[in-house]
Amino acid sequence: MTRVDIFLLEAVINGILLGGVLALLALGLNLIFGVIDVVWICYAELVMCGMYMLFWLHVFFGWPILLACLAAIVGVAGLGALLHLLVISPILGSAPINQLLATGGMLFFLQSLATLLFGTDFRNIGLRLPVIELGDIFISYSRLLAFGTALIGAIALYLFLSRTYLGIAMRAIAQDREIMGLMGVDQRRIYLTTSAVGGALAGLAACLLVLQYDVHPFIGLSFGPITFMICVLGGLGNMIGGFVAAFIMSQIIAIGGYYFSIEISYVLAFVFFIVLMFLRPQGLLAR
Amino acid sequence: MLSLRRVSAGYGSFRALFDVSLEVAAGEAIGVVGPNGAGKSTLMRVISGMLRSSSGELVFEGRSLTRLPAHRIVEAGIAHVPEHRRLFAKLSVEENLRIGAFLPQARRHYAERSEWVYALFPRLLERRRQLAGTLSGGEQQMVAIGRALMSKPKLLLMDEPSAGLAPLVVEQVFNLVRLIREQGFTVLIVEQNLQQVLAIVDRAYLLEVGRIRLSGSAAELKDNAMIQQAYMGL
Repeated sequence: MTRVDIFLLEAVINGILLGGVLALLALGLNLIFGVIDVVWICYAELVMCGMYMLFWLHVFFGWPILLACLAAIVGVAGLGALLHLLVISPILGSAPINQLLATGGMLFFLQSLATLLFGTDFRNIGLRLPVIELGDIFISYSRLLAFGTALIGAIALYLFLSRTYLGIAMRAIAQDREIMGLMGVDQRRIYLTTSAVGGALAGLAACLLVLQYDVHPFIGLSFGPITFMICVLGGLGNMIGGFVAAFIMSQIIAIGGYYFSIEISYVLAFVFFIVLMFLRPQGLLAR
Repeated sequence: MLSLRRVSAGYGSFRALFDVSLEVAAGEAIGVVGPNGAGKSTLMRVISGMLRSSSGELVFEGRSLTRLPAHRIVEAGIAHVPEHRRLFAKLSVEENLRIGAFLPQARRHYAERSEWVYALFPRLLERRRQLAGTLSGGEQQMVAIGRALMSKPKLLLMDEPSAGLAPLVVEQVFNLVRLIREQGFTVLIVEQNLQQVLAIVDRAYLLEVGRIRLSGSAAELKDNAMIQQAYMGL
């Protein structure tokens, strides 16, 4: 293999690995939209909160990393449930624009709160995982771990949605809200559980991202916009569509970064998104 | 078993039911008949908790269910087969039945309960992995009834089970209702299809513009001159 091919292959592999974490975020956002019919504009800020939780628990309080990860997942799940109870639940029946404004407001609130509490310093968890060398290809171990975990998370979510009563009810509620009560389902409970599961997915993503990125109050901006693009690209609320779109977008970013630069690659991703919105406004996999 | 005492209900400022009282005894099949827009579906929605009554009382087995939310009313033992079936079209037949067994007490008996429903409607067993939206109208009605039976109700509410179905299928659906009756369920059925429903119920109420106009045994109603003239074209 020539030198160029190897770098390209490395870029493709890194793209797949990046796609895993983005897919996890897209699943969470789609789940909440599909079940509750509300878009959490501040979703990536929950990831930021999770990363700070991990940072403080592990670095400051000296908790072992796995325990800190578990605590962060549970913590962000709680945050998701709280967000639903305090912000979404009171305005469930109102116009969608109000819900967008409310969760959009939460985005600024959480960013500002983090800035106020922790300052704008970039903080690193100080955990360096080795780089794996496969022939001439270098793969970051933390990315591989992130991809594997994201995949397991996605499979667990799939099993939850297809095998459990609660999961089936979550899929049903998007099809006919009004009659869920006749099935003995308390909608409020389903909404709360969904918010917690969505939060837990953001928490899991935080655990994986903290291995690769420094924490600061605006880290959410690095993942938020791209996650929304992925969800819309796959068809908002369409889990499989979002999953597939995450890998398409991450490939564009990775391969674009290889041929041009990482800045240009994001431009390419946005251009691809805009063009596709003209061609298939309903999303890639929408029927 | 079920009694409604002077129940009124409506949507916003529109009143659809005025002081409706009715009784259903255990083991009975009761019909509520009347023209389009008489408030029949509203009555069903009030009983099952989909719609809150504005006044009046709802008592089931000696317990007041007045203005309880729908999921609490299913818990008490009333299942509602809604108008137009309202299946979860993108879920399989089996998953539709699973949803019907969502309550903890129903989940425990899911296996035996679903087996019982499949024995009652063997067609559903063949199609249990198929998406509910791809079934024929008659089969969909089987799923809707089966789904309601999964919660092991004591009282089954059926809202226009024949609506939107071809005449031949309507015949099948009434046979299904007969089958349910033979299983010993208490049934409250709302229908526009007067002749057919009077053939399977014990007693019936005639609802007109939100008020009970007449009530009596199925035979009495069939012989009533006013009903014959207005609803049977005799």
